[in-house]
Amino acid sequence: MKQIYLDNAATTQVDSKVFLAMKPYFFKKYGNASEPHRMGQEARLAVEQAREKVADFLGVKQEEIIFTSGATESINLAHKGLIEALNFKNPHIITSSVEHKAVLETCKYLENKEIATVTYLPVNEYGLVNIQNLEKAITDQTVLVSIMYANNEVGTIQPIKEIGALLKKQDHKIYFHTDATQAIQYLDCSVDNLGVDLLSFSGHKIYAPKGVGALYIRKGTPLKSQMRGGGQEGGLRAGTENVPYLVGLGKAVEMIYDLRFKNDDSVKKLQSLLIEEVLKIPGVKLTGHPAERLPHIASFIVEGVEGESLVLLLSDKGISASTGSACTASDLVPSHVLSAMGIKAEDAHGSLRFSLGKDTTEQDIRSVVEVLPGIIDRLRRMAPKL
Amino acid sequence: MSKLFDALYSKDVIKHVRSPKNMGEMSNPDGVATVGNPVCGDVMRLYIKVDPKKDTIKDIKFQTLGCGAAIATSSIITTLAKGKTLEEAEKITDEGLAQALGGLPKVKMHCSVLAADGLKKAIQDYRLKKSA
Repeated sequence: MKQIYLDNAATTQVDSKVFLAMKPYFFKKYGNASEPHRMGQEARLAVEQAREKVADFLGVKQEEIIFTSGATESINLAHKGLIEALNFKNPHIITSSVEHKAVLETCKYLENKEIATVTYLPVNEYGLVNIQNLEKAITDQTVLVSIMYANNEVGTIQPIKEIGALLKKQDHKIYFHTDATQAIQYLDCSVDNLGVDLLSFSGHKIYAPKGVGALYIRKGTPLKSQMRGGGQEGGLRAGTENVPYLVGLGKAVEMIYDLRFKNDDSVKKLQSLLIEEVLKIPGVKLTGHPAERLPHIASFIVEGVEGESLVLLLSDKGISASTGSACTASDLVPSHVLSAMGIKAEDAHGSLRFSLGKDTTEQDIRSVVEVLPGIIDRLRRMAPKL
Repeated sequence: MSKLFDALYSKDVIKHVRSPKNMGEMSNPDGVATVGNPVCGDVMRLYIKVDPKKDTIKDIKFQTLGCGAAIATSSIITTLAKGKTLEEAEKITDEGLAQALGGLPKVKMHCSVLAADGLKKAIQDYRLKKSA
């Protein structure tokens, strides 16, 4: 059966160009980048070239980029590392209630350990943070604001630029972190435009392998390593560099940069087609902001249907999609994002997310909208009338 | 596989989700029960028709709003209960259902509890109606 992969917000296929760039660093150029011999230097050169590509992509200096195992590690380092380095009495963090678990759990950890206090900003029905609310939440103790660039479940884009400008106006320095994991492929990530001091992202959402990512750290931002050892990555992230994966990340970033410059809006067009067609099904609503949304995420609430069974029956037709239903979570609580947006638990169970990628075709979308109504109908007929 | 990381559905679970057995509404059931609630994401309704002479389950049907495990456990319980005496049917446990499905991920065990509970309540409903 032909597989239609519409779960690119979860992870992407490694691009063949990325894989080919990585390949020599497994078998031939496998030296340790910390060694002075030729093999080592060859590896070092590759790592630094990858760093240059990521730095160029974000419009920053190479020394402002450190490599990690992915956004989760970048986020942990940015939050814990900053708070630890500041050594500030009673530091306060402002974040939002729709952040990825990597941010929320890190903030909860800092809270539970009584290392910091945290404000979790509410969002409106579209998942948007309100800037006035954010401004009101700022205190003399606020040292860090961490707001995601765009949401992974519903695709809503936060006003990062405006928040950056607001934070610059404050009397004391407030560091600004953004989780750009979902946004990185499609939105402007020049950190100076955004006004961020710290930016996290992963490789596996942009056609590089899982297990590699980066953290941008604006020069002068204090940060304490959370991983001690051989002093790699400027002492901020010890451990032998994962040379092939870093090469892959560099290649992937270069590739998505090229894609953006081609001004290719095909993903956006396919998303519009998908949303338009899916909304023709009775009892289906779009979640997230109608306009301020990432071009690759189309998320819905399907009334009278449970999301996981929907995903399983789609999978049976060769289609990979995702749900925020509690039934897929170990804690049996529905998506915190949908809950924060005011969506009732019984509706959140019927959430369905499609996320497109650079290789998604119109035929893929047509196939999905052809089978989806039948599957929804079947599940609705299976459900007892209440 | 390590139990801790076990999150896979067995082939049998998928089979039941794809083609559930005895699914649908039953008209004039002898016993019926609805368990679970939509806030938790799972609602099951079980209908039974009883052969009063033999005290056996002559026919059984289910309707479920829920995840794959909820659908599969409701489907399998109908196949296990059909033809059994009420007393035997009441003895079907959540572990028994999970076993019959080739195992269930740990986080999904509550779905099998729901199905076993639903059948017991449907039988209770039948007895109540009979004694009334």
